[in-house]
Amino acid sequence: MTFGEEEATAVSLVDVGVSFGLARGGSYPAVERASLSVADGEFVSIVGPTGCGKSTLLNIAAGLRPPSSGRVDVFGVPLHSLNRRAGYLFQADSLFPWKTALENVAIGLDVAGVRQAEARSRAKMWLSRVGLGHFSDRYPHMLSGGQRKRVGLAQVLIRDPKILLMDEPFGPLDAQTRQIMGNLLLDLWQADKKAVLFVTHDLEEAISLSDRVVIMSAGPAARIIGEWKVPLPRPRDAAEIKLDAAFRDLYREIWSMLKEEVMKTYSGAGTKQ
Amino acid sequence: MRQTKLFFLQMLVAAIALALWHTLTTYPLFGRLLLDPFFFSKPLDVAARIVKWFREGTIWYHLGITLTEAMLAFVAGSIAGILVGFWFARKPLIAAVFDPYVKMVNSLPRLVLAPIFTLWLGLGIWSKVALGVTLVFFIVFFNVYQGVKEVSPSILANARMLGMSERQLMRHVYWPSALSWMFSSLHTSVGFAVVGAVVGEYLGSAAGLGYIIQQAEGIFDAAGVFAGMIVLAAFVIVIDAVVTLVEKRLLIWRPKVTEVGV
Repeated sequence: MTFGEEEATAVSLVDVGVSFGLARGGSYPAVERASLSVADGEFVSIVGPTGCGKSTLLNIAAGLRPPSSGRVDVFGVPLHSLNRRAGYLFQADSLFPWKTALENVAIGLDVAGVRQAEARSRAKMWLSRVGLGHFSDRYPHMLSGGQRKRVGLAQVLIRDPKILLMDEPFGPLDAQTRQIMGNLLLDLWQADKKAVLFVTHDLEEAISLSDRVVIMSAGPAARIIGEWKVPLPRPRDAAEIKLDAAFRDLYREIWSMLKEEVMKTYSGAGTKQ
Repeated sequence: MRQTKLFFLQMLVAAIALALWHTLTTYPLFGRLLLDPFFFSKPLDVAARIVKWFREGTIWYHLGITLTEAMLAFVAGSIAGILVGFWFARKPLIAAVFDPYVKMVNSLPRLVLAPIFTLWLGLGIWSKVALGVTLVFFIVFFNVYQGVKEVSPSILANARMLGMSERQLMRHVYWPSALSWMFSSLHTSVGFAVVGAVVGEYLGSAAGLGYIIQQAEGIFDAAGVFAGMIVLAAFVIVIDAVVTLVEKRLLIWRPKVTEVGV
């Protein structure tokens, strides 16, 4: 697919394969020959049925695990350890429960050796940017799910990563909160375009946010089976854009392909038992 | 309103128990006393004894000794437990090698160690501290070990993605997690420190609450034994209240467990 997009490529996965060793010997091929690249400043979503290895691809792009085959390049340099240019917003709650919202946001600067006073004032600014200016002294358990995600977003963005990896970050939130978070994300991204790789199982969410949508097939041996550019104008409103005729057409087109894969997952799950 | 009612009911239980105790040891029922005051004493005698101890002031000395022993045992046991817990959790090979020995020593009733400690450390406070340490150590050790091991994988991955070095992971992730586990067992470990001190005193010493109880028992002084037990219970309740205060301050970041019932 998109080989050699020269220096404008932020992350590229080249022929990446992943297999997991099984307890009783042999291995389970999770992802097969996936190639995908994200240009600098581009917003790309990966959509696929549950369990197709989307998150695994993200972990590989983050350098949290090495691919079984193939390679990862970050701004043209092969990745061998943790991806230092990337920020990662996880699906599960991953704030430090023993730190306040402010400390959670400031920690990325603290560990980088930024003076404490400066780290705190920048963290304050980021908290107000995500709309939590008055919540700096709260501990994570005192915040709602959506507020925790906002803190997480500030925690990642304060380090100004060139690449933003997001693993179903808004998955556990209710529909309204998801749209609000989507718009917040778009605003922040619009202000300072980073390369975003966004994993979701929600096609509507993917189209409304992205420049490009990549579809993965059902596992095992999941692969990338399709790719659509999203020609919708920016800046967008993640909620209103869903009423747009062009959005509906694109949605129908992609869904017809995705639906087959989703059905495969269900029937696959049936025969596996 | 509910608070006062609850308090009233709680006091009622104590009043009934004391009244029963008093009645059965003072007034014959069916021609004989159901509880022999020689073995069970009487609540008023016990109360008089406690008042006497505090009026004369002798009890403070013994309480001070027991408190010192318990605190030393708690501090030493905790420090050792934290160090070994961290060490084992970060070095799985060491943990695997020592695993059977840890299990063996932990399954040993700690009481049988008391004679050995008396032999090694004499009748002074240190043999009691040592006994307390063997009790406190394992509780703290297991909790710290668990706390380091059970840090959520996504918090750990997040910490690494935020650029933490191994040392920073220790300080910002493993250490707070281990501490929270340790503090959640604070009541148990402080309680065991007191148990170690009192049992040690009981088995051989020249001072402390355990010593008082043992002395009273030696001369068939039931009032002295009960008085010692009641002072000990009050002592433990006070210490427990202090621990609760400390806990509230230190674990402010933890969600409150929603109370069930009442």
